[in-house]
Amino acid sequence: MKKIIIRAVMALFAVLYLFIHFAPRAHAHEGIDHSGETAQHDILVLGDIEIANAFARATLPNAPVGGGFMTITNTGAEDDRLIGAAADVAGDAQIHEMALDGDIMKMRALEDGIALPAGETVTLAPGGLHIMFMGIEQPFVEGECVEVRLTFEKAGEVGFCMPVAAVAANGADHSSHGSH
Amino acid sequence: MANNPGLKSLRLGLWIAIGVLAVGTGLAALLLPRVSAEPVEAYGAGDYTLVDHDGLSVTQATFASGKPSLVFFGFTHCPEVCPTTLYEMATWLEALGPEGNDLNAFFVTVDPERDTPEMLKAYVTAPTDRVTGVTGEKAEIDKIVSAWHVHAERVALENGDYTMDHTASVFLVGPQGEFQGTIAYREASDTALGKIRNLLAKS
Ligand SMILES: [Cu+2]
Repeated sequence: MKKIIIRAVMALFAVLYLFIHFAPRAHAHEGIDHSGETAQHDILVLGDIEIANAFARATLPNAPVGGGFMTITNTGAEDDRLIGAAADVAGDAQIHEMALDGDIMKMRALEDGIALPAGETVTLAPGGLHIMFMGIEQPFVEGECVEVRLTFEKAGEVGFCMPVAAVAANGADHSSHGSH
Repeated sequence: MANNPGLKSLRLGLWIAIGVLAVGTGLAALLLPRVSAEPVEAYGAGDYTLVDHDGLSVTQATFASGKPSLVFFGFTHCPEVCPTTLYEMATWLEALGPEGNDLNAFFVTVDPERDTPEMLKAYVTAPTDRVTGVTGEKAEIDKIVSAWHVHAERVALENGDYTMDHTASVFLVGPQGEFQGTIAYREASDTALGKIRNLLAKS
């Protein structure tokens, strides 16, 4: 009985969280003023690869690392793979995965990159897959953008300027977890 | 007269009542003192001497100063969890307003070799002026990490760099340093605030 109540409360929080989280975004789409959020609608096409909702998180002073996120869709009939990343502002950019193991956050470099199966979409998002910018020379500032190059096994290389969202942003529209 | 059946059942009823009271009182006497004398866990007990981002000394006593605390173990070369948690701490403190005046907040580095007091200061004070960065000699950080049962493990990355696997929860600590629970990474704001208010109410 206690378990059921706890589960119900957890479910309620989850629903509330999702609602709070996604509601502002939905409103933004309905609204007339789309200024300043064009980036999230930009879709970059490189052969069969489509990159959407790319963003990096703003960094705190003295933080030499930053994370970049996006969704990648392989619209082709053949599997592809994201095998490399680079950025002018960072000494190094690596493809990483992080995950909570209990209450311990673990992060690893993916030496084989990220598989992009034909017809599927892979999401790089906070808490999971990301491009890790290391040795960054100056902070990533919200509202600016970071020049990034990505290399795919088959589709080749693409360069673009990745918009910088808030420090705790979960999307390119600058919406952050909680309020700020 | 003595054999009056009404009186007999009344007497029996009274005896039962006395019996129930006696057993109940006995049980209460056994159980209640234990409840009220719940042991105060000295969490984070250990002999460590660290330094805060202004160069002031930090010891076990810092976390048992008479004020409750939020304590997080992180590092500046942390791409996501640490900045996010710092921002969330700032958000909670802002939401609490004067209610949270008595609350201390600490960001203890698990990467003292790279995190100097100066580096930590700019980092932790960017989102809020309420969080104190803590660093120190590696051996002293090792002591606090084990005293707090925190997981912190150096993991090699490509190109000779490294990262730290680390406990991502925020510790809720009572005014005498007693462990009062944790806030999980990315816990819903309402839940987190509820836990902090609970900590303040108990303090
Ligand atoms: Cu990473």
